[in-house]
Amino acid sequence: MIAFRDIFITGLLLGGIFALVSVGLTLQYGVARVLNVAHGEFIMVGAFMTFWLLGSANLNPLLSVAITGPVAFIMGFILHKTLFRRLMDTSPSLDIFEGKSLLASFGLLYVVQNLARIIWGSDVEGYNFLNSTVTAAQIPLNRLVALAFVVVLGGAFYFFLARTRLGKAIRASAQSPTTAELMGVDIRNVLAICFGLGLGLAAIAGSLLSTLFAIQTSIGLGYTVIAMVVVVMGGLGSITGAMIGGIILGLVSSTVTFFHPSLTMIAYYVIFIVLLLARPKGIMGK
Amino acid sequence: MHLLEGEGVSRNFGGLVAVAGVDFYVDQGEILGLIGPNGAGKTTLFNLISAALPPSAGTISYEGSPITGLPPYKICRLGIARTFQTVKIFAHLPTVRNVMVGSLFGTGSRSSATEALRIADEELEFVELSSLRDVPAGDLTLASQKRLEVARALATQPKLLLLDEIMAGLTRNEVEEAMDLIARIRARGITVVMIEHVMHAIMGICDRIIVLDFGVKIAEGTPAEVAADKKVIEVYLGEEI
Amino acid sequence: MTRDKSVTLGLLIVAFLILALLPQFTSGYLVTLLIDILKFAVLTVAWVVFSGPTGYMSLATAAFYGLGFYIAAVFSGTVPFPLLIMLAGASAFVVALGVGALTLRLRGVYFAIFTFALVLLVQNVVLEVERVVTQTRGRFVETVSTEGVYYAILIVFFLTILAAMLIRRSRYGLALQSIGEYEEAAAHSGINVVWTKVLTFATSAVFMGMAGAIIATRRTYIDPYIAFNLNTSFLPVLMAMFGGMGNLVGPVLGAALFTYIGEILLTRFPDLYMLIFGVVLIVSILFMPNGVLGLAQGVWRKMRGGGHAPS
Repeated sequence: MIAFRDIFITGLLLGGIFALVSVGLTLQYGVARVLNVAHGEFIMVGAFMTFWLLGSANLNPLLSVAITGPVAFIMGFILHKTLFRRLMDTSPSLDIFEGKSLLASFGLLYVVQNLARIIWGSDVEGYNFLNSTVTAAQIPLNRLVALAFVVVLGGAFYFFLARTRLGKAIRASAQSPTTAELMGVDIRNVLAICFGLGLGLAAIAGSLLSTLFAIQTSIGLGYTVIAMVVVVMGGLGSITGAMIGGIILGLVSSTVTFFHPSLTMIAYYVIFIVLLLARPKGIMGK
Repeated sequence: MHLLEGEGVSRNFGGLVAVAGVDFYVDQGEILGLIGPNGAGKTTLFNLISAALPPSAGTISYEGSPITGLPPYKICRLGIARTFQTVKIFAHLPTVRNVMVGSLFGTGSRSSATEALRIADEELEFVELSSLRDVPAGDLTLASQKRLEVARALATQPKLLLLDEIMAGLTRNEVEEAMDLIARIRARGITVVMIEHVMHAIMGICDRIIVLDFGVKIAEGTPAEVAADKKVIEVYLGEEI
Repeated sequence: MTRDKSVTLGLLIVAFLILALLPQFTSGYLVTLLIDILKFAVLTVAWVVFSGPTGYMSLATAAFYGLGFYIAAVFSGTVPFPLLIMLAGASAFVVALGVGALTLRLRGVYFAIFTFALVLLVQNVVLEVERVVTQTRGRFVETVSTEGVYYAILIVFFLTILAAMLIRRSRYGLALQSIGEYEEAAAHSGINVVWTKVLTFATSAVFMGMAGAIIATRRTYIDPYIAFNLNTSFLPVLMAMFGGMGNLVGPVLGAALFTYIGEILLTRFPDLYMLIFGVVLIVSILFMPNGVLGLAQGVWRKMRGGGHAPS
């Protein structure tokens, strides 16, 4: 029973983080049409920024998201306004743009990962944060706090998309960029904002992950794959799908890890490939 | 024996019934018109015959043998060629190469490249596009692109040709030319089924007409019979037939 | 035989002879560099054979290349070198037939993601199998002399070029082009679309597998991270885009230049190598002269289109 409870709580927590990461990726692909292979690198950057802020300024890791998120957002915004904007303007068709932006993001992966390696080295790093357990239940406190944090954050983001003007513009653009443009949405800015938001969410997820697991400058790609799995599960571009898919994959991950940790990655890929073949449009797809 | 025959042919998209239990036949040498309002299931029926889509129910036979379940390329090689409602040409290939795809792959017998090129040039001549043979197909006008599709279909040396709205979007003059083209295709002994909205064209050229509405066949007969049919008049209320 | 064809063939033979005689006259370094260049040229040209005209962006190159590595590792010492290479090619062909039949109905970016994940899946599965079965991570490969490797990769390179030329000039070339232009219309014009795609995909995999088996013998030790490296999937795409895919010279040139630049970076700035490489990559995508002739459309139009500028 206790094992089951632990699997469930860990799964929910991982799922929440995966959901953040995946909503980030789906904003980039679904709206901005960039299949960003470097997405996971910004998770790593978020994690290391938090680690660094704790070490240098003794900033509480949870509060550090107020810095890591916006910083990554600005990086994303600028990246889109310069690099991807230009690719978009020079590509004769959407297919060609998607191909080129995929390759460009692969270059970005190299750049970000290696800059991080130069700055932070390639060792495994970590720190203790709320490592005590809640006495009666024996659940690590940091997991509960992170879980609560993810829930609040996810809720806030959902509210942002559902209720605010910008959120509605983003959802409209995800459904149909041309219609959204006709309705008066400034599509160029929305695309850059979406790309920035995507990276911002990735960095926040990274900050949270650093409170739970050891970190290394090479962890990015693994999370990119997770996010891709989730996004394909949910249907490329579907925000709700990414949230649901993230939680499902988190539960799967904690279950497989509990019984056979070395099979976790394989489980991701198998789910991914089977899903892609069976339902190319995702669980929420038409 | 009919050249092409369908029994209870149906197709659903989710809950939507696009074609509902339609029986039809096409005889050797005739021109059959397929008309009906938008969304009546005409193009879906073409897609079922040419195997772009599998039917949900029913069978289609060609020259007496069932063809349901065959892949599109085999349907084509058996002698059923088609054009598309929205043109689907190979835009970056020269016009003559577009047609050559048909004569090289679609005839059902293996032909040499030289032979295929000769046929392609003949068909271009037939649809009066020879002067544009080396121009990328994407640079042609809409009317010429529609003719190119016809040429590509003819290059597969079909017995049955399915023409999906080849007159849509054409000027009055171009419609006349298209009608003339269809007459010349028939003169070659090729059977034609055509979907068309240009009523004077279809009434003037077809031997027989099938009317579809909401996926159901509501009338069938000579142009005169169909034009006098009560149900057809209801469907086309206010339109001059 | 037309004049055009005999000129091309003549040039090819001359190039082959020059490259074949080279090891007799030059230093070891040049031969080593050429092995690397030829390896990437094989991978790039093989990639272009399928992805160029069809526009299906395959990122599975590393899967077939890595398969070649493992064939070499498993059979090294027991099977003569040439047979080993053929075995790798045959295995890659069979595996690619299966993968292609399963996946080539996926379109656009879905196909790219799938092939991307495939490489990582294979990498992880091999890692796990090795952990359980052999209780190690890597394997040892019996090495072959540098000259032996050079001649092997040179021959495979010319085979690849020859195959690419034959496919382009044959009816399959036109079939692939029309699939890239409008798949549905191709099918209704009598092209067996599935078979054409799968067969070409598998044919291109043969050369990737052979290259893998040859290069594996350059290393004494291999493991799944070395064999199934994503770089091997991405680099040929970049090299092809860098060089241009209008004809076969482009991809070869792209492979040669990219490899050479990489080599210089690696020797001059070993620490910054990957960083600079990433920058070069982004810059070349942004400012590539030929990049627009990219991926999604059939790109043989320049050569085939009789000199008409694409719109």
